[in-house]
Amino acid sequence: MNPAIASVGLGPYLFVSAALLVLGVFGIFLNRKNIIVLLMSMELILLSANLNLVAFSSAHGDLSGQVMVLFVLTIAAAEAAIGLAIVTVYFRNRGSIQVEDVTMMKG
Amino acid sequence: MSVTVFNWTVALPEIFLAVSGIIILVAGVLQRKGEGFFPAAILSLAAFLVCGFLVVFSSSGAGYAGTFVNDGFARFMKELILAGGFVAVALCVSYRTPERQTLPFETPVLMLFSTLGAMLMASSANLMTLFVGLELSSLSIYILCAVERENVFSSEAGMKYFILGSLASGLLLYGISLVYGYAGTLEYTGLVDAVRATAMPPMGLVVGLVFIVVGLCFKLSAVPFHMWTPDVYQGAPTPVTAYMAGAPKFAAFALFLRVMAGPFGSIAPRWQILIETVSVLSMVYGAFAAIPQTNIKRLMAYSSIGHMGYAMMGLAAASTAGTQATLIYLAAYFVMNAGVFAGITAMRRNGREVNSIADLAGLGRSDPGMALALAIFMFSMVGAPPLAGFFGKFMVFAAAWQSGLYVLVCIGALSSVVGAYYYLRVVKVMYFDAPAHALDHPAPSLVFVSGGMGIATVVFAIVLGPLMSVAHQAALALAG
Repeated sequence: MNPAIASVGLGPYLFVSAALLVLGVFGIFLNRKNIIVLLMSMELILLSANLNLVAFSSAHGDLSGQVMVLFVLTIAAAEAAIGLAIVTVYFRNRGSIQVEDVTMMKG
Repeated sequence: MSVTVFNWTVALPEIFLAVSGIIILVAGVLQRKGEGFFPAAILSLAAFLVCGFLVVFSSSGAGYAGTFVNDGFARFMKELILAGGFVAVALCVSYRTPERQTLPFETPVLMLFSTLGAMLMASSANLMTLFVGLELSSLSIYILCAVERENVFSSEAGMKYFILGSLASGLLLYGISLVYGYAGTLEYTGLVDAVRATAMPPMGLVVGLVFIVVGLCFKLSAVPFHMWTPDVYQGAPTPVTAYMAGAPKFAAFALFLRVMAGPFGSIAPRWQILIETVSVLSMVYGAFAAIPQTNIKRLMAYSSIGHMGYAMMGLAAASTAGTQATLIYLAAYFVMNAGVFAGITAMRRNGREVNSIADLAGLGRSDPGMALALAIFMFSMVGAPPLAGFFGKFMVFAAAWQSGLYVLVCIGALSSVVGAYYYLRVVKVMYFDAPAHALDHPAPSLVFVSGGMGIATVVFAIVLGPLMSVAHQAALALAG
């Protein structure tokens, strides 16, 4: 086990990552304003999982978790790019990126 | 499984598809604006066909240091996924008319890449492959939903699917991280041992599993994670909706079966109740919420929610027979669903797209062939014998009954009776309502797809024998 993890234990890492996850999920469901905030919340969720993976990887002395983090970071970048592109297209059509305006279809 | 085994040939179909996708993309960029679509679509169709042959003859075994596996199950799912992608691209071709060139040439290429991601999911032997495949598939679909850039409904659909889809991927990834932490490995073979090692799996592992189930249910649009489905189905361009109702659903089921029947198969009693609940909710919600719909794409959204509930019944049975039943159900769902979407793509009046159920009025007289095909698909979706849907439903009900899930079977039977109401209403509108203005003549590729799927739906009983033996082999390969 990595000495840094051994001295503080796995608990604090898991706690911080769980807190980040909760913040991200609440950011998505409670946010009633701007869509950009939703994109930020999504990044928080992905990063919370990354923190978990790195901490566990270090604790197990197994590299595959850290390799996975590299993949996840790449995917998160692609996802953010696509998200911003969709927001741009949406803004051109609708003239607004308020969450409450995303209601053309209902039922 | 040795870590040093590279064995790259097991992924030959995927490599072929990826390379042809890149080539088509480059070739498309070099064309003049607006001229690249047709060649790109035809080349994508050809790539799907060649890939289908490669899948049939692909070698079994594990490769890429144990992150990738090819077996009978993977081949079955990949053929279904490729067929779903093929039909969607074929619909693209006729969706785009000289007057309405809303789809850019990237559409078939993105469908190709999404199909590639779906195939990776079916072949995953490692949680990392699972996630990367899932994201490759989903990221392409986010773009596809918003691909009609001038259309506000399309971009709203893209926005909604993007937000909820990435939330689901995030939750799934969090689940993967917990499973990794408490099992100490990302590989399915390692997970099997980790789960079997203790009589009571650690709490973290179970929580991680629940997160993974939630993430996959999102992709499947199973209740209670279905809220994106109707809006996205309605807003996305029709060929994209047809794509979303096919290949990604099969891929999500492939993952579900692989993860649940594989690593977590030994703790089936602990997750069965979860799947049963989702299945019941999806069947009942899909049946009742579809009743007041007037838009046929929304109707199909609720219909696919319901169908996912039925297909999950086979998963809830947690047996080889259950896996086999799910595979048969998905094959039946594919033929009737693809056919219906070909019919919906053909709904145009004076070149403009119409999507209301009332627009089908009088189709029985103005276009008897298309009306007959749609009627066959609707009866098949109800589960009327001897059409495809009947055998799918029968198999999942039988498998669930054998596993002692009597309540589930009863609720399934009742909700399919409710479902019959809205499916048959479409038939009634086509044949008995006062005719509206006639719809345009469907394009040849739509006639081809709906005719072919109509025949497949009718003769499903004849091919059922061989199909069942292939599905049985696939289910056995999965059980190991």
